[in-house]
Amino acid sequence: MKTNGMDDVRLMKGNEALAEAAFRAGMQAYFGYPITPQSEILEYLTLHAHEYPGVVVLQAESEVAAINMVYGAAGAGARVMISSSSPGISLMQEGLSYMASAQLPALIVNVQRGGPGLGTIQPSQADYFQAVKGGGHGDYHLLVLAPSTVQEMVDFVIEGFKLAEKYRNPVMILTDGALGQMMERVVLPPKGVLPPAPAPWATTGKPPTRERNIITSLFIQPEKMEEVNLVLQAKYAQMRESDVRYECIQTEDAEIMLVAFGLMARICQKVLELAREKGIKVGMVRPITLYPFPTTILQQLAETARVFLTVEMNAGQMVEDVRLSVNGKRPVHFYGRLGGIIPTVEEILEKLESLC
Amino acid sequence: MRDIHMEVVYQRPTTLTETPMHYCPGCGHGVVHKILMEVVEELGIQSETIGVAPVGCSVFAYDYMNIDMQEAAHGRASAVATGIKRVLPGKYVFSYQGDGDLAAIGTGETIHTVNRGENILMVFINNGIYGMTGGQMAPTTLEGMKTSTTPFGRDVRTMGFPLKITELVAQLPGAYYVTRQAVYNAQVVRKLKKALTQSFLYQRRNKGTCFVEVVSNCPSGWKMTPVEANKWLMEHMIPYYPLGDLKVPKE
Repeated sequence: MKTNGMDDVRLMKGNEALAEAAFRAGMQAYFGYPITPQSEILEYLTLHAHEYPGVVVLQAESEVAAINMVYGAAGAGARVMISSSSPGISLMQEGLSYMASAQLPALIVNVQRGGPGLGTIQPSQADYFQAVKGGGHGDYHLLVLAPSTVQEMVDFVIEGFKLAEKYRNPVMILTDGALGQMMERVVLPPKGVLPPAPAPWATTGKPPTRERNIITSLFIQPEKMEEVNLVLQAKYAQMRESDVRYECIQTEDAEIMLVAFGLMARICQKVLELAREKGIKVGMVRPITLYPFPTTILQQLAETARVFLTVEMNAGQMVEDVRLSVNGKRPVHFYGRLGGIIPTVEEILEKLESLC
Repeated sequence: MRDIHMEVVYQRPTTLTETPMHYCPGCGHGVVHKILMEVVEELGIQSETIGVAPVGCSVFAYDYMNIDMQEAAHGRASAVATGIKRVLPGKYVFSYQGDGDLAAIGTGETIHTVNRGENILMVFINNGIYGMTGGQMAPTTLEGMKTSTTPFGRDVRTMGFPLKITELVAQLPGAYYVTRQAVYNAQVVRKLKKALTQSFLYQRRNKGTCFVEVVSNCPSGWKMTPVEANKWLMEHMIPYYPLGDLKVPKE
């Protein structure tokens, strides 16, 4: 990454870089609750909040209370963020369903750890299904961004707020404990990088000049509820049309196509390099938006690649979306480790060579 | 013919919409809605007031109150109100919840909101029953009281005791003004109005949480006529939930 000497370059932990980026992106309120491995976000924000007068940083009594504070603040028109790790994100699912239905923008950060249950505090990608399929009750989606570097932990805060406000829908940054804890060089954005978004629908107090604004997810008439659902579905269709993001690495001549996101994509890039040195034609697709999923590029690559290998830190979740995209055209294999174990370059390479 | 001069001496406050309320005959909710909105009108704070409705019978409160409102998840009204108030500290924010919402599923939020001294008004309607879902036991259901889930009466040995949440929150340093009022006759309605007015005035001065319990009725859930319900309320609810101030500011 080149910088021009004017840039604000630092060596930072993923969690802290994300927190700093939130301030600079004009976040107006943050509500959270401590949980490993993301507590640095809340700690960093409480330490530096005084540098940003008017910005609310509040430690709630629970994840349930925190997500409902986010609902209230977002409904009042504020740019709001919340963060947690897997068990805490599970507790927030009801609130996220309500926010999707009430069409409230907010940025949700899940620094994943191994599960199920209380699990471990080691990094994991086992919340993929929960993140991309909705997570709570009802037909809804979050827009899900998966960073694979500390720099992307920063960049996706800005992108996340933008997309949340564009669609009036919660956006999730789905990262993991390793990216949250590791330190890397980052270029921080300038303060005020994102102008405030107008929210004429927000509950800011009803002046005589307009009708009252109501934030609700209750539509008791089924016909009305279906209408609201169709509005949500139209937004998701628009996301699939306009906001699919992915990265292709050496896919042009690849016979074996790796598919991996987040931390796994970094590890798979090393696998790719070693395999190429051995003369194996390997490429990689890294989905950046996990919802909307980059289906089209995988369909296209199924024309040229012979076989796909999806690698994840879970029992095989994204692989289902890869299979839906490839639609039986090519075999789609899976390799993963569970419960907080990070697959090594060697074991992935071995799996990859078994497909040659 | 003699001209008849007619003067309007009473009318619907502009802070109430014209939507007919769905509440059962004799229910206290409609009266509390009206009184609350009269206070907002009289204080001239319609454009600065944001309300939070709960899950329960008053889930549709925003259909009747002509102000900006948010509908919260079950039990979370005071957390939602916290979110609103924190980002709009200059506005007036109130939450409006029933007993199941505030004192069962939302007990944690209730206690912590008051403990933080959130500068909001919490209105708590206590009628000892879950009205909206068809008359099940509430945390405030009296001992021996029959509901659809206590068909033989509430047995405190297995179902716990009626919860005096208002006494509980009055202990918290964040509570500025805590009072228990009612709506069963004109006299107590006037007292309620005074308590609500006072609460908004305290909020204007950033004093902390104001908590107003309203002991109310549920003729449908209690399976009584409105007249019987109010009589039963006075004979049974009021002795257990006595009216009056539990915490008044020292000033």
